[in-house]
Formats: sequence, structure tokens, C-alpha cells
Amino acid sequence: MLTFITQHIEMFYLIILMIFVGIELIGHVPSVLHTPLMSGANAIHGVVIIGSIIVMGQAEHVASLILGFLAVVLGTLNVVGGFVVTDRMLEMFKKKK
Amino acid sequence: MSFEFRILNFEFMENNILQIIYLIASVTFIAGLKFLGNPATARKGNLMAAFGMVIAIFGTIFLYTTETGAHLHNLGFIFAALAVGTVVGWIVAKKVQMTAMPEMVSLFNGMGGACAMLISIIEFKHLAEVDLSTVAAGHLLTIVLGLIIGSVSFAGSIIAWGKLSGNVKDKSLGMQQLINIGLLLVILVLSGVMILGNTAYTVELFYAVFALSLIYGVLFVLPIGGADMPVVISLLNSFTGVAAACGGFLYDNKVMLVGGILVGSAGTLLTIVMCKAMNRSLVNVLIGNFGGGATGEAMGSANFDGTIKEVTASDAAILMKYAKKVIIVPGYGLAVAQAQHIVHDLELLLEAEGIDVKYAIHPVAGRMPGHMNVLLAESNVSYDKLIEMEEVNPEFTTTDVVLVVGANDVVNPAAKTDPNSPIYGMPILDVENAANVIVNKRSMKAGYAGIENELFYKPKTSMLFGDAKKALTQLVSEIKALG
Repeated sequence: MLTFITQHIEMFYLIILMIFVGIELIGHVPSVLHTPLMSGANAIHGVVIIGSIIVMGQAEHVASLILGFLAVVLGTLNVVGGFVVTDRMLEMFKKKK
Repeated sequence: MSFEFRILNFEFMENNILQIIYLIASVTFIAGLKFLGNPATARKGNLMAAFGMVIAIFGTIFLYTTETGAHLHNLGFIFAALAVGTVVGWIVAKKVQMTAMPEMVSLFNGMGGACAMLISIIEFKHLAEVDLSTVAAGHLLTIVLGLIIGSVSFAGSIIAWGKLSGNVKDKSLGMQQLINIGLLLVILVLSGVMILGNTAYTVELFYAVFALSLIYGVLFVLPIGGADMPVVISLLNSFTGVAAACGGFLYDNKVMLVGGILVGSAGTLLTIVMCKAMNRSLVNVLIGNFGGGATGEAMGSANFDGTIKEVTASDAAILMKYAKKVIIVPGYGLAVAQAQHIVHDLELLLEAEGIDVKYAIHPVAGRMPGHMNVLLAESNVSYDKLIEMEEVNPEFTTTDVVLVVGANDVVNPAAKTDPNSPIYGMPILDVENAANVIVNKRSMKAGYAGIENELFYKPKTSMLFGDAKKALTQLVSEIKALG
């Protein structure tokens, strides 16, 4: 386990830093923006699609290929749907002159 | 020799470019999330993160090389999958009604969870075909974590979506909490045995953990009341973030790790902030059966002094036309009736009469924090007219008429006066301090928390029954008729 941690020590640093960055970013957001913010964060974790592309690009068997295809479709739904919905919400936050 | 060197060098460069792309994408995620926290820059932030996502996706497709230096294949299938997801996601996201936004977010979140879950399954199948005994425990742990969290997030999000869209009812098995905790323990023990035990049943254990995680996801969300769904969605959102980060760990992929952990941490904090807005703790939301029925119905028959006073649209119109200051309190009823446009017409009409009109926005009005803001913004209400609770509360004493449109629990004085009430301690809008309160509701049915509202029985309160859209349309025409 120890070697596993030292092998990935860079990743552990990154995890810890990102936890603090995430907390700092959300700290003082007006509740007005909670829903779009949740929706935007929802789109960002769609980054999981990168993993599904990597899996699918190396798939050898039909079963893996089918599952991979499904994973890429679902990941894309998360990304595209997430960003478009967020944009639709924010589009409405126009300031009236 | 020199030719070979050039090839190696080229691959090396490709990988370097991909790393730079990932770095840029990570920065867009962080900056994008930062910009999303300010109304003026929010849209830009969203587009920025979307741009980062697009370059990360295409960079991966064309530049990713495996340890042996091979490029990804199956590109045709990958593009086909991307095309299907994009077209469907785009259409659904464009078509969904603003009122259905919360459940849409939940559904998309479930898709992300399912994606993480499938990645773990495929990776495991791949390992199982080679030789499981040589795999490092840490590697297996990452896969199993991605599987558990992804599955819980997927199953939970689907249930949350079903609840918000009204397809799934609140259900609680007896001793639900014990069952849930027991199930979670079983999942953890099986995972532990699978990773460390080195038994002959690793594959079977893996699929058992998978199935139990899906069941846990369902049971985890099922007993939680519909009113608490936003909190649950936010929590599941951060789960999916962590599941994505597991994928990042698996592939040593920094952009996945950054995106995933960022959402995991920001999402958790957002969840806690939402709970605070309702003056409840996360634990209370997760294990308390708030809105689940039992407490609500027992409280239902409380009797208050005073009687319900009904008002006609024309009387309400007179009251409002001759007011100096009107505050509108929107709630879920407004969203359901799609009354956001007519309420804006009412606002413009009253303003033309020289009346000061504002909207009082409770942090949890509607079904999601910020739900009302989004809805009213849709009908072009300027966001500086939307006043948050702390700011607007002192203003009620100088207000002539408060118009409550389809809100209930957020104006219920029991939150301040009745220690036995399930919403006791939740900060509310002090509408009872205004000179007159007009409440528009469809019926006397209790609000989401399932409790009676004393406000409706107060002498200064009058009820304007009816669907919010119809009632407001009538109100607007009555005010116009007054000249």
C-alpha cells in the first residue's frame, strides 16, 4: 500500500489541493446561483467521458466494445446535456437596463 | 537509427501536447467554476469549462497513446457514440421546461455515474481476462471504488429523478436506516475480501458488489422526502465527481482527477450550504424522514384560532393598485403553473402605477436553491429585483401588500414559534409583518413539509384560491380594468 501511495504521490498532492480549491471556489456564492452552479459542476464531472474514450479505444472484444459504446454515449449525455442546460439557465440571468 | 529516433520523438511530442491540453482543460474547469459563482460572469464560466471539455475529448481521441505507444482504435465507434450522445443530450436539454430543470440535472448526473460504473466494469473484465492475482491491490481498489460510487450515484439519481417528476413515491421500509447501514457494511466487507483476500471468487465478488451498490443507491434515496431532493441531487453530484476522479487515478489522467475532485469537493460544500439554508444538518436530511409523511400527517389537524378569509381577484386588485410597496413571494406553485411570465406582467403593471415592486426569494423556495431566480429570469425579471431573505426581511414592516404565489413552508411562522414543527428553526420570510398578505394557492392542501400554516388563518391574510397562472391573469386584467 505504501509503495502504491508513493508511486502515485503526485496524484495525492493533486487530490488534496483540489479539495481545498473546490471549497474556496464555492465559499461565498449567493444562493441565487446554487442551481446553475450545481448544474455546471454536474457538467464538469462529465470529464469521466475521457476514461470511457480510453477504454473504448483499446477494446478488443465485442462485449467491451458494446459496454464502452454505452459508456461514451452516457458520458456525452452528461457533458453535452450538462453544459447546455446550464447555459439555458444562465442565459436568463440578463440584467435589465 | 535516426528515423527511429524521430518516430519516438514524435510520439513523445504527441504525448506532451496532450498533457498541455489536459493542463489547459484543468485550468478552464477551475476558472469556469470560479466564474460560475458570480452572476455577471457565470455564463462565460460555463462556456469556458465546456471549451476545456471539448479540447480534452478531442485531444484524447487523437493524441492518447498507450504504454506501448499505440494510438486508440475503434475511432469510428467512438465518434458514433459521441454523435448519439451529443444529439440526444442537446435536444433533451434544449426542450426541457424550466420547471423540470432539477430532475434534468439529476438525470444527467446519473448518466455520468453510469459512465464511471461501466469504465470500472470494462477495466475489471479486462484484468480478469489476463490474470487477477498479479494486479496491485491499490489498482483494484480504485476500480472497485469507481464501481461502488458510480453505481450508487447512477441508481440514486434515477430514483431522485423519478421522485421529482412524480413517478416514484416516497417509500420507507421498516428500519430503513438499519437496512441501509447493514447493506453498506456488506458492500465494504465484500470489497475488502475481494481486494485483499486473494480468493478464487474475485470475479463473483466483484459482480456481487456491483449489484448491491445499485440496490444501495435505490434504498439510499427512496426514503428521503421529495422536498429534500435538491440536497440529495447535490450530494450525488459530488459522488459522481469522486467516481470520475477514481477513473483519473486509474489512468493516471490529471484532467479527470482535477475535474472529478473539484466537483466532489465543491459539490459537498454546496450540499452543506443548501442544508444550512434550511437550517438542517446533512445527517438530518439523510436519515430524518422529513416530508416522508409520518410527522406531517400527525400535525395536519392542528387547529388555529381564526378563520380562512377568501378574497376575489377584483378586491385583491384594488388592494394592490393603491399600495405603495408590494413584495411578491414566489414558490413552487408558481413554477408548476408556469406563471413566471404573468407575474412579470403584474410587476410591470404595478410599477407603471408608481408602486415599488420587489420579489422576496427564500433560499429554498421551489424545489432547488435558486430555482425561483432561474424561473423569473426566464421571463426577463431583472435579477436586482430578486431580493434574498436576509435583505428583504426587514422590509416587510414597511410593505403594504405581500403577494404569496404558491409558496407555503417558507412563510410558515411555525418555523419560529412551534418547537415541535418539523421545520422549526428554518429561517422564513417574515411576511406577517406586512400590512396585508394575499396568498395565492390552489387549495388548502399543506405544503411540501406536510404541515398546516397558521399564516393563512391570520386576520391580515386573505386567500386568493386558484391556479397561479389563472389567478394572476385575472388579477392583472382586474388591475387594468381599474384604469
